[in-house]
Amino acid sequence: MLKESYDVVVVGAGPGGSSVATHCAKAGLSVALLEKRQEIGSPKRCGEGLSLNSLKMIENYLGKKIPSKCIAQEIDGAIVYAPNGKKVIIDFKENAGAVMERKIFDKWLAEEASRAGAYVQAKTYVKDIIKKNGYICGVTGEFEDEYFEIKAKVVVAADGVESKIARLAGLDTTNKLINIDSGYQFEMVNLKLNDPKKIELYFGNNIAKRGYCWIFPKGKDVANVGIGIALAEKPARYYLEKWIETKPEIFNSAGITEVNSGGIPVGGFLENMVLNGFLVVGDAAHQVNPIHGGGMKEATIAGKIAADVIVEAIKKNNVSKEVLDKYNKIWWKERGNELLKVQKLREVFEKLSDEDLNMLAEVLTGDDLIAFSRGSKLGTLAKILIKNPKIAFLAKHLI
Amino acid sequence: MIIMGWNINKNKCLRCGACVSVCPKIALELSEHGIENNKNLCNLCGICEKICPVGAIKVNKNA
Ligand SMILES: Cc1cc2nc3c(=O)[nH]c(=O)nc-3n(C[C@H](O)[C@H](O)[C@H](O)COP(=O)(O)OP(=O)(O)OC[C@H]3O[C@@H](n4cnc5c(N)ncnc54)[C@H](O)[C@@H]3O)c2cc1C
Ligand code: SF4
Ligand code: SF4
Repeated sequence: MLKESYDVVVVGAGPGGSSVATHCAKAGLSVALLEKRQEIGSPKRCGEGLSLNSLKMIENYLGKKIPSKCIAQEIDGAIVYAPNGKKVIIDFKENAGAVMERKIFDKWLAEEASRAGAYVQAKTYVKDIIKKNGYICGVTGEFEDEYFEIKAKVVVAADGVESKIARLAGLDTTNKLINIDSGYQFEMVNLKLNDPKKIELYFGNNIAKRGYCWIFPKGKDVANVGIGIALAEKPARYYLEKWIETKPEIFNSAGITEVNSGGIPVGGFLENMVLNGFLVVGDAAHQVNPIHGGGMKEATIAGKIAADVIVEAIKKNNVSKEVLDKYNKIWWKERGNELLKVQKLREVFEKLSDEDLNMLAEVLTGDDLIAFSRGSKLGTLAKILIKNPKIAFLAKHLI
Repeated sequence: MIIMGWNINKNKCLRCGACVSVCPKIALELSEHGIENNKNLCNLCGICEKICPVGAIKVNKNA
């Protein structure tokens, strides 16, 4: 059962919250990980894609292999479609990532937090923050009909895109419409997939302004089929349904087994993510890759950084914002600066017309994109420049 | 039926919390009972309506 006080109370049991809880518990702190949903990880708000690097990194952090039950489908590449339908096939020819089963994966991550010593409890809604003498020192909430109050040396908000806890604590984490995508997705069955080992991405202003669609396979004929849009006239759902109708060769006899939606932060990183006795991690701190919208990896990394800082602060018996500021410093050095560049690149991509995108698909091959993703940026650039000076302005943002 | 003020269609809402994340007044709450609007805080700015992926929110500013 819930105790009256802990070293650390973590609000939200997504990948971010479970990461903080696991690492704090492993270091010997008493930790409560509280989740408002009745079932951790469900319903998902996610396309469930993870690169091989991210999978390995999560395994490294946990010192454990991710069980195969968490993985729906291994992926060896991607097919990217330009607005005119031209395909660029990216084939790694070996395992390059996976589409997860998040309701199993998230639950497993929370189980690992528990095995490390954290107290995990679902259906536990945190309603407010307790403040005293300028310090955040606990939370209040509801479990079934019962009101509870828990004291904590440190409270961590890992409450996902809603990010209400940080705002109640006094950090302005409100997402601006310009920096958040509206996401809508079906999990579908009986699809005629081109290649169940490749994710598919469809770009173009014909799909929606600032929008793209994805197909993330979860099996031979099963996939997450979704859309991310921003600043559009109509709701995301409208554009996804419209796009699906244009592809009868894939969707003709498909059924819908799940409907998902969500907001995806795609920028607006926070300079400051701490208060006295308080930190915010994951989607709640807008820690998402602004181009592909992947946040599982970012939440996991930030959770580890936060935990290391918390452990040190509690050991020193000083959880002031000056001490916790180390989390800001390390996160910006290890992730923030890079993600900020990705945000700038997204802003450039958004300005490309359908013609520009078609041209890029003409110039670049899948192997170029692989080389690019592996860090050989200059070669890719040179190629764009030689073949097409018109979109040379991309060059300076790619470095 | 659309009435004046802030309206939610609970049959459409998928409880994803996107609206909560953009509300500048922290007027929305997502609990196991679904989305609730605190009328004392909401200023009917309409931002939440713009992000909702399923069009479940309608804000009538002339309330
Ligand atoms: C449509 C869509 C597609 C996406 N596709 C991908 C993808 O393919 N790959 C990828 O890596 N990422 C993807 N993402 C992003 C990814 O889902 C998130 O970045 C990731 O889940 C963030 O983890 P988190 O732990 O910060 O938050 P979450 O996973 O959202 O967890 C937060 C938890 O906090 C709980 N909570 C909230 N408030 C309270 C409260 N008051 N009390 C108690 N509990 C609370 C919530 O119920 C939730 O379980 C996608 C997102 C969307 C919307
Ligand atoms: S954004 Fe729309 S679907 Fe999501 S919780 Fe809010 S009202 Fe419901
Ligand atoms: S109308 Fe504005 S203030 Fe009211 S709930 Fe929506 S976003 Fe918040």
